[in-house]
Amino acid sequence: MNSPSDSLAPTLDTQPEGEQLQNEERIAAAPGEIAPPSPRGDLAWSAKEALIAGVVALGMFTPMIGLLTDQNINNEVILVTRWPLLAAVVIACAAGRFAIAYFIRPYLAAKRAAPSRPVARPAWRATVSRWFPVVGTILLVFFPAIVLYTSGIAGSIKWVDNFGVQILIYVMLGWGLNVVVGLAGLLDLGYVAFYAVGAYAYALLATHLGLSFWLLLPLAGLLAACWGVALGFPVLRLRGDYLAIVTLAFGEIVHLVLLNWKEVTGGGAGILSIPKIGLPAIHIESYVSLFGMTLPKFAFFNIKFDASPEGFAHLFGLPVSSAYYKIFLYYLILILAFITAFATARMRKLPVGRAWESMREDEIACRSLGINTVTTKLTAFAIGAMFGGFAGSFFAARQGSVFPDSFTFIESVFIVAIVVLGGMGSMIGVAVAATVMIGGVELLRELTFLKQIFGPDFNPTQYRMLIFGFAMVVIMLWRPRGFVQTRTPTVFLFKRKAISADMVQEGHG
Amino acid sequence: MSTPSTLLAVKGVTTFYGKIQALRGVDLQVAEGEIVALIGSNGAGKSTLMMTICGNPRARDGSITYDGKEITRLATHEIARMRVAQSPEGRRIFARMTVLENLQMGASLDNLAHFAADSERVFALFPRLKERIHQRGGTLSGGEQQMLSIGRALMARPRLLLLDEPSLGLAPLIVRQIFDAIRTLNREEKLTVFIVEQNAYHALRLAHRGYVMVNGRITMGGTGRELLEKPEVRAAYLEGGRH
Ligand SMILES: Nc1ncnc2c1ncn2[C@@H]1O[C@H](COP(=O)(O)OP(=O)(O)OP(=O)(O)O)[C@@H](O)[C@H]1O
Ligand SMILES: [Mg+2]
Repeated sequence: MNSPSDSLAPTLDTQPEGEQLQNEERIAAAPGEIAPPSPRGDLAWSAKEALIAGVVALGMFTPMIGLLTDQNINNEVILVTRWPLLAAVVIACAAGRFAIAYFIRPYLAAKRAAPSRPVARPAWRATVSRWFPVVGTILLVFFPAIVLYTSGIAGSIKWVDNFGVQILIYVMLGWGLNVVVGLAGLLDLGYVAFYAVGAYAYALLATHLGLSFWLLLPLAGLLAACWGVALGFPVLRLRGDYLAIVTLAFGEIVHLVLLNWKEVTGGGAGILSIPKIGLPAIHIESYVSLFGMTLPKFAFFNIKFDASPEGFAHLFGLPVSSAYYKIFLYYLILILAFITAFATARMRKLPVGRAWESMREDEIACRSLGINTVTTKLTAFAIGAMFGGFAGSFFAARQGSVFPDSFTFIESVFIVAIVVLGGMGSMIGVAVAATVMIGGVELLRELTFLKQIFGPDFNPTQYRMLIFGFAMVVIMLWRPRGFVQTRTPTVFLFKRKAISADMVQEGHG
Repeated sequence: MSTPSTLLAVKGVTTFYGKIQALRGVDLQVAEGEIVALIGSNGAGKSTLMMTICGNPRARDGSITYDGKEITRLATHEIARMRVAQSPEGRRIFARMTVLENLQMGASLDNLAHFAADSERVFALFPRLKERIHQRGGTLSGGEQQMLSIGRALMARPRLLLLDEPSLGLAPLIVRQIFDAIRTLNREEKLTVFIVEQNAYHALRLAHRGYVMVNGRITMGGTGRELLEKPEVRAAYLEGGRH
């Protein structure tokens, strides 16, 4: 049976949900319009394809799934066979291949062949892309309030910390790496190194010297930026895949140093009891007289988030709860992420940002226009690393402890995946990708009902890499150039001529 | 004809790509305010010479002086900052950036000080670009990309403009437009132009002087008209007739 929405799907998928209904009604009402039958593939060919897929799956999964080595009570290695599971997987593969060959491919072919209406970016898309950042920002700002309202003080901790803070850390990392990968076009697979530098810088300096977070945050960023330049120098002449390999090695080197330089980093045991962040405040310490005037002398101090009499809860007469600290952390990382976003958006319009983008497009042409690609590359690495360092020191303070294993290659992969999925260079896209990927993984923990289906031993988070990979494949098929595929130009002339003059001044500082 | 001061002088330049020698001792001069054409068959080394002048690749031997200064060992961007602009082989426009952004990149030397005025000048030369001002460079037609490449080079307010095959793949009408534009720039703004061309007939008619390159060496030089008369040139590059 063909429902009208089936056969109309090719033309309707560019329209909003709301309009779809109206359209369906209108078309249903139009006389003489017969929905064409859904296309089907060649049955024999599809069956053959399914058979081949089944055989391949059988060959591949017999050693992987069908046979399993285990130990019995006497510690002897025994071979366990899992034929029913193997059969299920093989049948699933064959059925999947059949579905693709018989239903999906003809459908997609018909969709492609169908005369496409000239829909040049329908109006609702423009509206969405105009309002999405605004609505998103408002939602982010009010997120803790919404959560507090819906789940109460104690219930909010999970949502604010596990979801909010966790996602925002990756949004910030994605935005930081976006400078290097998205704007400057330098594929950096070792970005986690700068995250680690920031985290360890804060952890070491705060535990040994007792310096405040607000002092160490810029310092950690600066240190990470120096490391960015240190990485940048040797890879100046490398491009593309060679650059990727060297940066990957750099990330691994940093990880191994953290793991093995036990005297300083504590090795695998990490650094524990890292001081928390306090809310910065000012109070009048004393009065000094200067030229006959009495001036207040201000002192800076941090309001700690603890149960002490000077702590945040007592000071504001609130019940003691760790939720305030989490909410504070949420706003802190939100501000840091927004600083990253604004700085990047601003830099794109400055000479340095334009140099990054033109270098990504064509390095030789870029040089012949008088741009020094050496400094351009180094600034990209330094700025990207600096944001990574900020995120790292925040991470260390939030966790209260750092371990080398938080900074493995897979973290770099996550961050690169977020940038690529977001659509290289698009900040909104990166934010969406981080939310989907990290939020999705966190949501897995919530799926406790699956335990009832798969048994009490089932732990959905074990499947996070599988789901992550699957989601990536699907997203890349659906949107090959990422969520946001369009690049916003940085200059529009003749509408607002003031722009160019404005930028000249900024360019000279 | 008394020669005015030499703007660009290339003396005994050799260039290697690894072990392959592309230039085998090239000598030529371009005077201030002159249009000089370089013709030669495929693989003769014309583009290599143009790139060597810009410092990428660097010359192994010989010297290149520009405006009385030795530039042989300078980096490409330093040479560009001396107002040597190039429309390189293959156009090399920034594909994902709009027409306007491409022009903006050309003006980055002056930090966009003259951006509005200079872009108007480019649009006056190539009105097609103005119609496509917010289109992405990569989606322009080949001819439009060529115009953009030349326009971008002009945005740098060059003293010396290097053009590598500006007529490549263009319709005759557009070629004439581009050559007219070059002639106008040369006459009205005293822009010095060094142009590499396959289209020898047009190039030699446009140029004050020309050189012929064979196998990494300059084999002939003279005024454009002289070269057009030479039987060797006619046989090799003009097939004895007009193009
Ligand atoms: N990057 C490179 N590596 C190795 N050899 C090169 C390279 N670029 C050019 N060559 C060689 O150098 C010689 C000169 O090339 P060049 O591009 O200068 O020729 P051309 O005169 O511009 O030719 P055309 O008219 O076809 O553009 C050729 O033999 C070419 O194969
Ligand atoms: Mg060439």
